[in-house]
Amino acid sequence: MAVDGVAAKRIAAEAVDPDHPLEFVEEIMVPVLEEIGAGWERGIYSLAHVYMGSRICEEISDSMLPPSPGEGPTTSRIAIAVLNDYHLLGKKIVRSALRAAGFNLLDFGRCSPEVLLERVLENGTEILLISVLMLPSALDVAEFLALAEQEGIRLTVVVGGAPFRLDPELWRRVGADAVGHSAFDALKLVRDLSGEAKS
Amino acid sequence: MRAAETMTSLQRTLTTLGHAEPDRVPLFLLNNLHGSKELGLTPKEYFANPEYVTEGQLRLRRKYGDDCLYSFFYAAVEVEAWGGEVIYIDEGPPNAGQPIVGHFDDIFDLHVPIIGEIPALNRVLRATELMKAEIGDEAPIIGVVMSPFSLPVMQMGFEDYLLLLFEHPEAFRRLMEVNVEFCIRWANAQLAAGATAICYFDPVSSPTIIPREMYGDTGYRIARETLPRIEGPTATHLASGRVLPIAGQLTETATAALGVGESEDLCDLKATFSGKLSLLGNLNGIEMVGWNERGAHAAVADAIARAGAGGGFILSDNHGEIPFQVSSDTMMAIADAVREYGRYPLDGDVRDA
Ligand code: B12
Repeated sequence: MAVDGVAAKRIAAEAVDPDHPLEFVEEIMVPVLEEIGAGWERGIYSLAHVYMGSRICEEISDSMLPPSPGEGPTTSRIAIAVLNDYHLLGKKIVRSALRAAGFNLLDFGRCSPEVLLERVLENGTEILLISVLMLPSALDVAEFLALAEQEGIRLTVVVGGAPFRLDPELWRRVGADAVGHSAFDALKLVRDLSGEAKS
Repeated sequence: MRAAETMTSLQRTLTTLGHAEPDRVPLFLLNNLHGSKELGLTPKEYFANPEYVTEGQLRLRRKYGDDCLYSFFYAAVEVEAWGGEVIYIDEGPPNAGQPIVGHFDDIFDLHVPIIGEIPALNRVLRATELMKAEIGDEAPIIGVVMSPFSLPVMQMGFEDYLLLLFEHPEAFRRLMEVNVEFCIRWANAQLAAGATAICYFDPVSSPTIIPREMYGDTGYRIARETLPRIEGPTATHLASGRVLPIAGQLTETATAALGVGESEDLCDLKATFSGKLSLLGNLNGIEMVGWNERGAHAAVADAIARAGAGGGFILSDNHGEIPFQVSSDTMMAIADAVREYGRYPLDGDVRDA
Protein backbone atom coordinates (compact mmCIF):
# COMPACT_ATOMS: atom_id res chain seq x y z
CA MET A 1 0.00 0.00 0.00
CA ALA A 2 1.43 3.39 -1.01
CA VAL A 3 1.14 6.29 1.42
CA ASP A 4 0.29 9.14 -0.96
CA GLY A 5 -1.92 11.87 0.45
CA VAL A 6 -1.81 14.01 -2.69
CA ALA A 7 -3.07 11.21 -4.94
CA ALA A 8 -5.71 10.21 -2.38
CA LYS A 9 -7.06 13.76 -2.23
CA ARG A 10 -7.14 14.01 -6.04
CA ILE A 11 -9.06 10.75 -6.35
CA ALA A 12 -11.48 11.84 -3.64
CA ALA A 13 -12.08 15.22 -5.26
CA GLU A 14 -12.93 13.49 -8.54
CA ALA A 15 -15.16 10.84 -7.00
CA VAL A 16 -17.22 12.85 -4.53
CA ASP A 17 -20.69 14.15 -5.33
CA PRO A 18 -20.54 17.61 -3.74
CA ASP A 19 -24.26 17.47 -2.88
CA HIS A 20 -23.92 14.14 -1.06
CA PRO A 21 -20.49 14.03 0.54
CA LEU A 22 -21.65 11.56 3.20
CA GLU A 23 -22.17 8.95 0.50
CA PHE A 24 -18.50 9.16 -0.39
CA VAL A 25 -17.60 8.91 3.25
CA GLU A 26 -19.80 5.85 3.74
CA GLU A 27 -18.94 4.04 0.52
CA ILE A 28 -15.26 4.81 0.13
CA MET A 29 -13.81 6.20 3.32
CA VAL A 30 -15.30 3.75 5.81
CA PRO A 31 -14.34 0.67 3.76
CA VAL A 32 -10.80 2.05 3.37
CA LEU A 33 -10.53 2.50 7.15
CA GLU A 34 -11.91 -1.00 7.59
CA GLU A 35 -9.36 -2.47 5.20
CA ILE A 36 -6.49 -0.70 6.98
CA GLY A 37 -7.78 -1.73 10.42
CA ALA A 38 -8.16 -5.37 9.43
CA GLY A 39 -4.71 -5.32 7.77
CA TRP A 40 -3.14 -3.93 10.96
CA GLU A 41 -4.71 -6.66 13.07
CA ARG A 42 -3.53 -9.36 10.66
CA GLY A 43 -0.04 -7.88 10.60
CA ILE A 44 -0.15 -6.83 6.94
CA TYR A 45 -0.14 -3.10 7.53
CA SER A 46 2.09 -1.21 9.91
CA LEU A 47 1.32 1.46 12.44
CA ALA A 48 2.72 4.04 9.99
CA HIS A 49 0.13 2.94 7.39
CA VAL A 50 -2.58 3.22 10.02
CA TYR A 51 -1.49 6.66 11.16
CA MET A 52 -0.93 8.15 7.70
CA GLY A 53 -4.13 6.51 6.40
CA SER A 54 -6.33 7.89 9.16
CA ARG A 55 -4.71 11.30 8.85
CA ILE A 56 -5.27 11.50 5.09
CA CYS A 57 -8.88 10.27 5.46
CA GLU A 58 -9.53 12.88 8.13
CA GLU A 59 -8.17 15.66 5.91
CA ILE A 60 -10.34 14.53 3.02
CA SER A 61 -13.44 14.34 5.21
CA ASP A 62 -12.71 17.75 6.69
CA SER A 63 -12.61 19.22 3.20
CA MET A 64 -15.98 17.64 2.29
CA LEU A 65 -18.14 17.65 5.37
CA PRO A 66 -19.54 20.80 6.96
CA PRO A 67 -16.85 22.31 9.14
CA SER A 68 -17.04 22.00 12.90
CA PRO A 69 -15.64 25.05 14.64
CA GLY A 70 -12.04 25.13 15.86
CA GLU A 71 -10.30 21.91 16.78
CA GLY A 72 -13.57 20.03 17.00
CA PRO A 73 -17.18 20.19 18.08
CA THR A 74 -18.23 21.86 21.30
CA THR A 75 -20.90 19.35 22.25
CA SER A 76 -21.15 15.65 21.73
CA ARG A 77 -22.14 12.70 23.83
CA ILE A 78 -19.07 10.84 22.57
CA ALA A 79 -15.61 11.66 23.88
CA ILE A 80 -12.08 10.34 23.79
CA ALA A 81 -9.29 10.65 26.36
CA VAL A 82 -5.89 9.33 27.29
CA LEU A 83 -5.77 8.14 30.89
CA ASN A 84 -2.65 9.00 32.95
CA ASP A 85 -0.40 8.27 30.00
CA TYR A 86 1.95 10.50 28.05
CA HIS A 87 1.40 8.71 24.76
CA LEU A 88 -1.14 10.43 22.58
CA LEU A 89 -0.72 8.75 19.20
CA GLY A 90 -3.39 6.08 19.73
CA LYS A 91 -5.96 8.72 20.62
CA LYS A 92 -4.99 10.82 17.63
CA ILE A 93 -5.42 7.86 15.25
CA VAL A 94 -8.78 6.82 16.68
CA ARG A 95 -10.05 10.40 16.69
CA SER A 96 -8.99 10.89 13.07
CA ALA A 97 -10.71 7.70 11.94
CA LEU A 98 -13.95 8.63 13.70
CA ARG A 99 -13.90 12.14 12.33
CA ALA A 100 -13.12 10.83 8.84
CA ALA A 101 -16.29 8.75 9.09
CA GLY A 102 -18.31 11.81 10.05
CA PHE A 103 -18.47 11.36 13.82
CA ASN A 104 -18.04 14.39 16.00
CA LEU A 105 -16.41 13.68 19.29
CA LEU A 106 -14.93 15.67 22.14
CA ASP A 107 -11.26 15.31 22.89
CA PHE A 108 -10.55 15.50 26.62
CA GLY A 109 -6.80 15.15 26.08
CA ARG A 110 -4.70 13.54 28.79
CA CYS A 111 -6.52 13.21 32.13
CA SER A 112 -6.15 11.70 35.57
CA PRO A 113 -9.15 9.59 36.66
CA GLU A 114 -10.48 12.51 38.75
CA VAL A 115 -10.22 15.05 35.95
CA LEU A 116 -11.70 12.61 33.47
CA LEU A 117 -14.70 12.16 35.73
CA GLU A 118 -15.20 15.93 35.91
CA ARG A 119 -15.08 16.22 32.13
CA VAL A 120 -17.61 13.41 31.76
CA LEU A 121 -19.95 15.11 34.24
CA GLU A 122 -19.58 18.53 32.62
CA ASN A 123 -20.29 17.20 29.16
CA GLY A 124 -22.85 14.51 29.83
CA THR A 125 -20.64 11.98 28.04
CA GLU A 126 -22.42 8.71 27.25
CA ILE A 127 -19.76 6.93 25.23
CA LEU A 128 -16.20 7.35 26.43
CA LEU A 129 -13.21 6.04 24.49
CA ILE A 130 -10.04 5.59 26.53
CA SER A 131 -6.64 5.07 24.93
CA VAL A 132 -3.51 4.01 26.83
CA LEU A 133 -0.06 2.67 26.00
CA MET A 134 1.45 1.77 29.39
CA LEU A 135 0.15 -1.11 31.51
CA PRO A 136 -0.21 0.98 34.70
CA SER A 137 -2.45 3.37 32.75
CA ALA A 138 -4.55 0.46 31.50
CA LEU A 139 -5.01 -0.68 35.10
CA ASP A 140 -6.07 2.86 36.05
CA VAL A 141 -9.25 2.33 33.99
CA ALA A 142 -10.53 0.30 36.95
CA GLU A 143 -9.85 3.24 39.25
CA PHE A 144 -11.72 5.61 36.95
CA LEU A 145 -14.69 3.23 36.77
CA ALA A 146 -14.79 2.93 40.57
CA LEU A 147 -14.95 6.72 40.84
CA ALA A 148 -17.70 6.87 38.22
CA GLU A 149 -19.66 4.25 40.09
CA GLN A 150 -19.35 6.17 43.36
CA GLU A 151 -20.84 9.17 41.59
CA GLY A 152 -23.61 6.99 40.20
CA ILE A 153 -22.65 7.78 36.62
CA ARG A 154 -23.68 5.38 33.90
CA LEU A 155 -21.66 5.52 30.73
CA THR A 156 -20.23 3.12 28.20
CA VAL A 157 -16.46 2.82 28.28
CA VAL A 158 -14.53 1.49 25.30
CA VAL A 159 -10.82 0.88 25.85
CA GLY A 160 -7.91 0.34 23.49
CA GLY A 161 -4.13 0.50 23.16
CA ALA A 162 -1.15 -1.86 23.25
CA PRO A 163 -1.73 -3.53 26.67
CA PHE A 164 -5.25 -4.43 25.62
CA ARG A 165 -3.95 -5.94 22.38
CA LEU A 166 -1.28 -7.92 24.21
CA ASP A 167 -3.70 -9.35 26.77
CA PRO A 168 -7.08 -9.86 25.10
CA GLU A 169 -8.77 -10.42 28.49
CA LEU A 170 -7.45 -7.31 30.20
CA TRP A 171 -10.43 -5.13 29.26
CA ARG A 172 -12.72 -7.41 31.26
CA ARG A 173 -10.46 -7.36 34.28
CA VAL A 174 -10.47 -3.56 34.41
CA GLY A 175 -14.26 -3.52 34.00
CA ALA A 176 -14.58 -1.83 30.59
CA ASP A 177 -17.68 -2.39 28.44
CA ALA A 178 -15.80 -3.08 25.23
CA VAL A 179 -12.34 -3.18 23.69
CA GLY A 180 -11.03 -2.41 20.22
CA HIS A 181 -7.72 -3.37 18.68
CA SER A 182 -7.69 -0.87 15.84
CA ALA A 183 -9.09 2.53 15.01
CA PHE A 184 -11.63 0.83 12.79
CA ASP A 185 -12.80 -1.25 15.75
CA ALA A 186 -13.37 2.05 17.54
CA LEU A 187 -15.48 3.27 14.64
CA LYS A 188 -17.48 0.04 14.48
CA LEU A 189 -18.12 0.06 18.23
CA VAL A 190 -19.14 3.70 18.30
CA ARG A 191 -21.52 3.11 15.40
CA ASP A 192 -23.13 0.15 17.15
CA LEU A 193 -23.32 1.88 20.51
CA SER A 194 -24.71 5.12 19.21
CA GLY A 195 -27.28 3.34 17.08
CA GLU A 196 -25.82 4.93 13.95
CA ALA A 197 -26.98 8.31 15.22
CA LYS A 198 -24.32 10.94 14.63
CA SER A 199 -24.18 13.32 17.53
CA MET B 1 16.32 -37.73 38.20
CA ARG B 2 17.41 -34.43 36.68
CA ALA B 3 21.07 -33.95 35.79
CA ALA B 4 22.98 -31.40 37.87
CA GLU B 5 23.73 -27.99 36.44
CA THR B 6 27.36 -27.89 35.49
CA MET B 7 27.88 -24.49 33.88
CA THR B 8 28.07 -20.93 35.10
CA SER B 9 25.45 -18.54 33.75
CA LEU B 10 28.02 -17.03 31.40
CA GLN B 11 29.13 -20.42 30.03
CA ARG B 12 25.50 -21.43 29.57
CA THR B 13 24.72 -18.24 27.70
CA LEU B 14 27.80 -18.36 25.47
CA THR B 15 27.17 -22.00 24.63
CA THR B 16 23.63 -21.34 23.50
CA LEU B 17 24.74 -18.25 21.55
CA GLY B 18 27.15 -20.59 19.75
CA HIS B 19 24.09 -22.62 18.66
CA ALA B 20 24.98 -25.58 20.85
CA GLU B 21 23.16 -27.10 23.82
CA PRO B 22 24.40 -26.05 27.28
CA ASP B 23 23.38 -27.87 30.50
CA ARG B 24 19.98 -26.12 30.43
CA VAL B 25 18.11 -23.35 28.66
CA PRO B 26 19.39 -20.01 29.97
CA LEU B 27 16.83 -17.70 31.57
CA PHE B 28 17.04 -13.92 31.33
CA LEU B 29 14.50 -12.48 33.78
CA LEU B 30 14.64 -8.87 32.67
CA ASN B 31 13.32 -7.47 35.92
CA ASN B 32 14.86 -4.00 35.95
CA LEU B 33 11.70 -2.58 37.54
CA HIS B 34 11.61 -5.08 40.38
CA GLY B 35 14.73 -4.11 42.30
CA SER B 36 12.93 -1.13 43.81
CA LYS B 37 10.35 -3.50 45.32
CA GLU B 38 13.11 -5.69 46.77
CA LEU B 39 14.62 -2.64 48.46
CA GLY B 40 11.31 -1.10 49.50
CA LEU B 41 11.95 2.07 47.47
CA THR B 42 9.97 3.97 44.86
CA PRO B 43 11.35 3.69 41.31
CA LYS B 44 12.44 7.32 41.56
CA GLU B 45 14.46 6.72 44.74
CA TYR B 46 15.83 3.45 43.42
CA PHE B 47 17.09 4.69 40.07
CA ALA B 48 18.68 7.75 41.68
CA ASN B 49 21.42 5.63 43.22
CA PRO B 50 23.58 3.13 41.28
CA GLU B 51 24.32 1.26 44.50
CA TYR B 52 20.63 0.53 44.95
CA VAL B 53 20.29 -0.69 41.38
CA THR B 54 23.32 -2.94 41.80
CA GLU B 55 22.01 -4.33 45.08
CA GLY B 56 18.56 -4.81 43.50
CA GLN B 57 19.93 -6.78 40.56
CA LEU B 58 22.14 -8.94 42.78
CA ARG B 59 19.28 -9.74 45.17
CA LEU B 60 16.94 -10.61 42.31
CA ARG B 61 19.47 -12.97 40.79
CA ARG B 62 20.11 -14.63 44.16
CA LYS B 63 16.38 -15.07 44.59
CA TYR B 64 15.47 -16.46 41.17
CA GLY B 65 18.82 -17.84 40.02
CA ASP B 66 18.45 -16.54 36.50
CA ASP B 67 21.33 -16.12 34.10
CA CYS B 68 22.07 -12.41 33.74
CA LEU B 69 22.27 -9.07 35.45
CA TYR B 70 20.40 -6.30 33.65
CA SER B 71 22.03 -2.88 33.90
CA PHE B 72 19.11 -1.23 32.04
CA PHE B 73 17.39 1.48 34.09
CA TYR B 74 14.65 2.75 31.73
CA ALA B 75 14.52 3.95 28.12
CA ALA B 76 14.07 7.62 28.92
CA VAL B 77 17.53 7.77 30.51
CA GLU B 78 18.69 8.60 26.97
CA VAL B 79 16.25 11.48 26.78
CA GLU B 80 17.93 12.96 29.83
CA ALA B 81 21.17 12.86 27.84
CA TRP B 82 19.61 15.13 25.20
CA GLY B 83 18.30 17.59 27.81
CA GLY B 84 14.83 16.11 28.26
CA GLU B 85 12.88 15.33 31.40
CA VAL B 86 11.75 12.08 32.93
CA ILE B 87 8.42 11.55 34.65
CA TYR B 88 8.26 8.98 37.43
CA ILE B 89 5.30 7.01 38.71
CA ASP B 90 5.23 4.78 41.79
CA GLU B 91 4.16 1.52 40.17
CA GLY B 92 5.80 1.30 36.79
CA PRO B 93 8.54 2.55 34.53
CA PRO B 94 9.33 6.25 34.19
CA ASN B 95 8.48 7.86 30.86
CA ALA B 96 9.99 10.61 28.75
CA GLY B 97 8.45 14.05 29.28
CA GLN B 98 8.08 16.84 26.71
CA PRO B 99 9.98 16.14 23.47
CA ILE B 100 13.27 18.03 23.11
CA VAL B 101 12.70 18.57 19.40
CA GLY B 102 9.71 20.91 19.16
CA HIS B 103 10.24 21.81 15.53
CA PHE B 104 11.90 19.97 12.65
CA ASP B 105 14.46 22.78 12.32
CA ASP B 106 15.63 22.14 15.89
CA ILE B 107 17.24 18.95 14.56
CA PHE B 108 19.95 20.92 12.82
CA ASP B 109 21.01 22.43 16.17
CA LEU B 110 21.41 19.11 17.99
CA HIS B 111 24.88 18.12 19.21
CA VAL B 112 25.92 14.67 20.30
CA PRO B 113 25.87 14.64 24.12
CA ILE B 114 29.17 13.85 25.85
CA ILE B 115 28.53 10.68 27.81
CA GLY B 116 30.70 11.53 30.84
CA GLU B 117 28.87 14.81 31.39
CA ILE B 118 25.39 13.36 31.80
CA PRO B 119 24.51 12.41 35.41
CA ALA B 120 21.81 9.91 34.40
CA LEU B 121 24.18 8.03 32.07
CA ASN B 122 26.93 8.12 34.69
CA ARG B 123 24.58 6.41 37.14
CA VAL B 124 24.04 3.57 34.66
CA LEU B 125 27.79 3.29 34.05
CA ARG B 126 28.53 3.27 37.78
CA ALA B 127 25.93 0.55 38.37
CA THR B 128 27.51 -1.46 35.55
CA GLU B 129 30.96 -1.17 37.16
CA LEU B 130 29.61 -2.18 40.56
CA MET B 131 27.78 -5.16 39.10
CA LYS B 132 30.91 -6.26 37.24
CA ALA B 133 32.98 -6.03 40.42
CA GLU B 134 30.53 -8.33 42.18
CA ILE B 135 29.69 -10.83 39.45
CA GLY B 136 33.01 -11.18 37.61
CA ASP B 137 32.68 -13.85 34.93
CA GLU B 138 29.89 -15.76 36.61
CA ALA B 139 27.02 -14.18 34.68
CA PRO B 140 26.73 -11.76 31.77
CA ILE B 141 25.73 -8.14 32.36
CA ILE B 142 23.31 -6.94 29.71
CA GLY B 143 23.41 -3.23 28.89
CA VAL B 144 20.87 -1.43 26.73
CA VAL B 145 20.82 1.26 24.06
CA MET B 146 17.92 2.63 22.04
CA SER B 147 18.71 2.38 18.35
CA PRO B 148 19.37 5.65 16.54
CA PHE B 149 16.26 4.93 14.51
CA SER B 150 13.92 4.31 17.47
CA LEU B 151 15.20 7.00 19.86
CA PRO B 152 13.44 9.87 17.99
CA VAL B 153 10.04 8.69 19.22
CA MET B 154 11.14 9.99 22.61
CA GLN B 155 13.14 12.94 21.24
CA MET B 156 10.24 14.36 19.24
CA GLY B 157 7.03 12.40 19.88
CA PHE B 158 5.68 9.59 17.71
CA GLU B 159 3.42 11.64 15.49
CA ASP B 160 6.07 14.16 14.51
CA TYR B 161 8.57 11.39 13.98
CA LEU B 162 6.31 9.59 11.51
CA LEU B 163 5.86 12.86 9.62
CA LEU B 164 9.63 13.38 9.65
CA LEU B 165 10.15 9.90 8.25
CA PHE B 166 7.66 10.32 5.45
CA GLU B 167 8.02 13.98 4.61
CA HIS B 168 11.35 15.48 5.74
CA PRO B 169 14.22 13.32 4.46
CA GLU B 170 16.92 15.95 4.99
CA ALA B 171 16.15 16.50 8.68
CA PHE B 172 15.74 12.74 9.13
CA ARG B 173 19.24 12.13 7.74
CA ARG B 174 20.72 14.73 10.07
CA LEU B 175 18.97 13.28 13.10
CA MET B 176 20.28 9.83 12.24
CA GLU B 177 23.85 11.18 11.97
CA VAL B 178 23.86 12.52 15.52
CA ASN B 179 21.91 9.57 16.91
CA VAL B 180 24.27 7.00 15.37
CA GLU B 181 27.27 8.71 16.98
CA PHE B 182 25.52 8.91 20.33
CA CYS B 183 24.37 5.30 20.24
CA ILE B 184 27.86 3.97 19.47
CA ARG B 185 29.49 6.04 22.22
CA TRP B 186 26.81 5.09 24.75
CA ALA B 187 27.09 1.39 23.94
CA ASN B 188 30.89 1.42 24.08
CA ALA B 189 30.90 3.30 27.39
CA GLN B 190 28.71 0.57 28.90
CA LEU B 191 31.00 -2.14 27.51
CA ALA B 192 34.01 -0.34 28.95
CA ALA B 193 32.26 -0.18 32.33
CA GLY B 194 31.82 -3.95 32.34
CA ALA B 195 28.71 -4.83 30.30
CA THR B 196 29.14 -8.18 28.56
CA ALA B 197 26.74 -7.44 25.71
CA ILE B 198 24.45 -4.67 24.52
CA CYS B 199 20.79 -5.06 23.75
CA TYR B 200 19.93 -2.73 20.84
CA PHE B 201 16.26 -1.79 21.16
CA ASP B 202 14.85 -1.02 17.75
CA PRO B 203 11.07 -1.52 17.69
CA VAL B 204 10.47 1.18 15.09
CA SER B 205 12.22 -1.10 12.58
CA SER B 206 9.55 -3.76 13.08
CA PRO B 207 6.96 -4.23 10.32
CA THR B 208 4.47 -3.75 13.18
CA ILE B 209 5.51 -0.10 13.16
CA ILE B 210 6.84 0.83 9.70
CA PRO B 211 6.10 -0.68 6.27
CA ARG B 212 8.52 -3.53 5.67
CA GLU B 213 9.64 -1.99 2.36
CA MET B 214 10.91 0.98 4.32
CA TYR B 215 13.23 -1.01 6.58
CA GLY B 216 16.00 -1.45 4.00
CA ASP B 217 16.59 2.29 3.62
CA THR B 218 16.09 3.12 7.28
CA GLY B 219 16.45 0.80 10.29
CA TYR B 220 18.51 -1.77 8.36
CA ARG B 221 20.96 0.74 6.90
CA ILE B 222 21.33 2.40 10.30
CA ALA B 223 21.89 -0.93 12.11
CA ARG B 224 24.52 -1.89 9.52
CA GLU B 225 26.28 1.38 10.19
CA THR B 226 25.97 1.25 13.99
CA LEU B 227 26.30 -2.35 15.17
CA PRO B 228 29.76 -3.10 13.69
CA ARG B 229 31.15 -0.08 15.55
CA ILE B 230 29.88 -1.34 18.90
CA GLU B 231 32.90 -3.05 20.44
CA GLY B 232 31.17 -6.12 21.87
CA PRO B 233 28.37 -8.56 21.13
CA THR B 234 24.85 -7.21 20.55
CA ALA B 235 21.33 -8.55 20.65
CA THR B 236 18.61 -6.73 18.74
CA HIS B 237 15.18 -6.39 20.32
CA LEU B 238 12.08 -5.15 18.52
CA ALA B 239 10.23 -4.93 21.87
CA SER B 240 7.47 -7.37 20.85
CA GLY B 241 7.09 -6.05 17.32
CA ARG B 242 7.08 -8.65 14.52
CA VAL B 243 10.39 -9.79 12.98
CA LEU B 244 9.64 -12.51 10.40
CA PRO B 245 8.91 -10.29 7.38
CA ILE B 246 12.41 -8.76 7.69
CA ALA B 247 14.20 -11.93 8.84
CA GLY B 248 16.74 -12.01 5.99
CA GLN B 249 17.87 -8.45 6.53
CA LEU B 250 17.98 -8.81 10.32
CA THR B 251 20.45 -11.68 10.01
CA GLU B 252 22.74 -9.39 7.98
CA THR B 253 23.05 -6.77 10.70
CA ALA B 254 25.95 -8.26 12.71
CA THR B 255 23.82 -9.00 15.75
CA ALA B 256 24.11 -12.27 17.70
CA ALA B 257 20.61 -12.64 19.11
CA LEU B 258 17.13 -11.38 18.45
CA GLY B 259 14.37 -10.56 20.92
CA VAL B 260 11.10 -12.00 19.66
CA GLY B 261 7.50 -11.39 20.63
CA GLU B 262 4.34 -13.32 21.29
CA SER B 263 2.67 -12.59 17.97
CA GLU B 264 4.90 -14.95 15.99
CA ASP B 265 5.19 -18.68 16.53
CA LEU B 266 8.44 -19.82 18.12
CA CYS B 267 8.62 -22.87 15.80
CA ASP B 268 8.51 -20.60 12.75
CA LEU B 269 11.03 -18.27 14.32
CA LYS B 270 13.37 -21.13 15.19
CA ALA B 271 13.11 -22.63 11.71
CA THR B 272 13.88 -19.23 10.17
CA PHE B 273 16.80 -18.18 12.36
CA SER B 274 18.31 -21.53 13.36
CA GLY B 275 22.12 -21.42 13.17
CA LYS B 276 22.05 -17.73 12.23
CA LEU B 277 20.67 -15.77 15.17
CA SER B 278 19.88 -16.95 18.67
CA LEU B 279 16.40 -16.16 19.92
CA LEU B 280 15.50 -14.36 23.15
CA GLY B 281 11.86 -14.53 24.16
CA ASN B 282 8.92 -14.74 24.11
CA LEU B 283 6.78 -15.03 27.28
CA ASN B 284 3.97 -12.47 27.17
CA GLY B 285 4.78 -9.96 29.91
CA ILE B 286 1.36 -8.35 29.94
CA GLU B 287 -0.46 -11.67 30.30
CA MET B 288 2.12 -12.69 32.91
CA VAL B 289 0.48 -10.28 35.35
CA GLY B 290 -2.50 -12.66 35.52
CA TRP B 291 -0.57 -15.96 35.56
CA ASN B 292 -0.66 -18.46 38.39
CA GLU B 293 1.96 -21.15 38.92
CA ARG B 294 0.31 -23.52 36.46
CA GLY B 295 0.08 -20.86 33.78
CA ALA B 296 3.74 -20.03 34.20
CA HIS B 297 4.78 -23.69 33.95
CA ALA B 298 2.67 -24.26 30.85
CA ALA B 299 4.04 -21.20 29.07
CA VAL B 300 7.66 -22.05 29.90
CA ALA B 301 7.28 -25.69 28.87
CA ASP B 302 5.66 -24.67 25.60
CA ALA B 303 8.33 -22.09 24.71
CA ILE B 304 11.14 -24.54 25.43
CA ALA B 305 9.46 -27.31 23.44
CA ARG B 306 9.16 -24.99 20.46
CA ALA B 307 12.56 -23.32 20.46
CA GLY B 308 14.92 -25.03 22.88
CA ALA B 309 16.34 -27.91 20.83
CA GLY B 310 19.88 -27.44 19.58
CA GLY B 311 20.53 -24.33 21.68
CA GLY B 312 20.36 -20.84 20.20
CA PHE B 313 17.59 -20.00 22.64
CA ILE B 314 17.40 -17.89 25.78
CA LEU B 315 14.09 -17.90 27.61
CA SER B 316 12.88 -14.40 28.39
CA ASP B 317 9.82 -12.16 28.05
CA ASN B 318 8.49 -10.71 24.81
CA HIS B 319 9.51 -7.13 25.45
CA GLY B 320 12.81 -6.90 27.30
CA GLU B 321 11.19 -5.85 30.55
CA ILE B 322 8.93 -7.70 32.97
CA PRO B 323 6.12 -5.37 34.04
CA PHE B 324 6.20 -3.98 37.57
CA GLN B 325 2.87 -5.70 38.34
CA VAL B 326 4.17 -9.26 37.77
CA SER B 327 4.38 -10.96 41.17
CA SER B 328 7.49 -12.51 42.62
CA ASP B 329 5.58 -15.82 42.88
CA THR B 330 5.14 -15.78 39.12
CA MET B 331 8.80 -15.01 38.48
CA MET B 332 9.72 -17.80 40.89
CA ALA B 333 7.42 -20.19 39.05
CA ILE B 334 9.07 -19.26 35.75
CA ALA B 335 12.53 -19.85 37.24
CA ASP B 336 11.47 -23.23 38.68
CA ALA B 337 9.87 -24.24 35.41
CA VAL B 338 13.08 -23.59 33.45
CA ARG B 339 14.92 -25.94 35.81
CA GLU B 340 12.16 -28.48 35.38
CA TYR B 341 11.71 -28.41 31.60
CA GLY B 342 14.91 -26.80 30.37
CA ARG B 343 17.59 -29.44 31.13
CA TYR B 344 19.40 -30.69 28.02
CA PRO B 345 18.86 -33.07 26.36
CA LEU B 346 15.27 -31.94 26.38
CA ASP B 347 12.51 -34.46 27.00
CA GLY B 348 11.05 -35.57 23.74
CA ASP B 349 14.11 -34.47 21.80
CA VAL B 350 15.03 -37.74 20.12
CA ARG B 351 18.06 -36.50 18.22
CA ASP B 352 20.57 -37.44 20.92
CA ALA B 353 18.84 -40.60 22.02
C1 B12 C 1 7.76 1.55 19.58
C2 B12 C 1 7.79 1.18 21.05
C3 B12 C 1 8.71 1.85 21.87
C4 B12 C 1 9.60 2.97 21.37
C5 B12 C 1 8.75 4.26 21.30
C6 B12 C 1 7.72 4.33 22.43
C7 B12 C 1 6.79 5.52 22.48
N1 B12 C 1 5.66 5.50 21.83
O1 B12 C 1 7.10 6.47 23.13
C8 B12 C 1 10.68 3.03 22.46
C9 B12 C 1 11.85 2.12 22.09
C10 B12 C 1 11.26 4.40 22.77
C11 B12 C 1 9.93 2.41 23.63
C12 B12 C 1 10.22 2.68 24.94
C13 B12 C 1 9.45 2.26 26.01
N2 B12 C 1 8.48 1.34 25.98
CO1 B12 C 1 7.78 0.63 24.34
N3 B12 C 1 6.95 -0.13 22.82
C14 B12 C 1 6.93 0.18 21.56
C15 B12 C 1 5.91 -0.67 20.77
C16 B12 C 1 6.66 -1.64 19.86
C17 B12 C 1 4.91 0.19 19.99
C18 B12 C 1 4.34 1.34 20.83
C19 B12 C 1 3.52 2.39 20.14
O2 B12 C 1 3.72 3.59 20.36
N4 B12 C 1 2.56 2.02 19.32
C20 B12 C 1 1.63 2.95 18.69
C21 B12 C 1 0.25 2.93 19.34
C22 B12 C 1 -0.61 3.99 18.73
O3 B12 C 1 -0.25 1.62 19.11
P1 B12 C 1 -1.43 1.00 20.01
O4 B12 C 1 -1.36 1.57 21.37
O5 B12 C 1 -1.44 -0.46 19.88
O6 B12 C 1 -2.74 1.60 19.30
C23 B12 C 1 -3.40 0.96 18.21
C24 B12 C 1 -4.56 0.10 18.68
O7 B12 C 1 -4.31 -0.52 19.90
C25 B12 C 1 -5.75 1.02 18.64
N5 B12 C 1 -6.07 1.86 19.79
C26 B12 C 1 -5.27 2.70 20.49
N6 B12 C 1 -5.98 3.39 21.39
C27 B12 C 1 -7.27 3.00 21.27
C28 B12 C 1 -8.43 3.40 21.95
C29 B12 C 1 -9.66 2.81 21.64
C30 B12 C 1 -10.88 3.24 22.37
C31 B12 C 1 -9.72 1.79 20.63
C32 B12 C 1 -11.00 1.14 20.32
C33 B12 C 1 -8.56 1.42 19.93
C34 B12 C 1 -7.35 2.02 20.24
O8 B12 C 1 -5.47 1.87 17.55
C35 B12 C 1 -4.06 2.07 17.39
C36 B12 C 1 -3.73 2.02 15.93
O9 B12 C 1 -4.15 0.84 15.32
C37 B12 C 1 5.14 -1.42 21.91
C38 B12 C 1 4.88 -2.91 21.72
C39 B12 C 1 3.80 -3.19 20.72
N7 B12 C 1 3.97 -4.27 20.01
O10 B12 C 1 2.84 -2.48 20.58
C40 B12 C 1 6.04 -1.24 23.16
C41 B12 C 1 5.39 -0.89 24.50
C42 B12 C 1 4.37 0.18 24.29
N8 B12 C 1 6.48 -0.34 25.31
C43 B12 C 1 6.34 -0.59 26.56
C44 B12 C 1 7.18 -0.02 27.57
C45 B12 C 1 6.98 -0.51 28.99
C46 B12 C 1 8.15 0.94 27.27
C47 B12 C 1 9.06 1.69 28.27
C48 B12 C 1 8.36 2.24 29.49
C49 B12 C 1 10.23 0.77 28.70
C50 B12 C 1 11.08 1.39 29.78
N9 B12 C 1 11.12 0.82 30.96
O11 B12 C 1 11.67 2.41 29.60
C51 B12 C 1 9.65 2.82 27.38
C52 B12 C 1 8.85 4.14 27.50
C53 B12 C 1 9.38 5.19 26.56
C54 B12 C 1 8.88 6.56 26.85
N10 B12 C 1 8.00 7.09 26.03
O12 B12 C 1 9.30 7.11 27.84
C55 B12 C 1 5.20 -1.57 26.83
C56 B12 C 1 4.01 -0.91 27.53
C57 B12 C 1 3.19 -1.88 28.36
C58 B12 C 1 3.79 -2.08 29.72
N11 B12 C 1 4.56 -3.14 29.91
O13 B12 C 1 3.61 -1.25 30.56
C59 B12 C 1 4.88 -2.09 25.38
C60 B12 C 1 3.42 -2.42 25.09
C61 B12 C 1 5.75 -3.34 25.15
C62 B12 C 1 5.26 -4.60 25.86
N12 B12 C 1 5.08 -5.67 25.12
O14 B12 C 1 5.04 -4.64 27.03
N13 B12 C 1 8.89 1.66 23.21
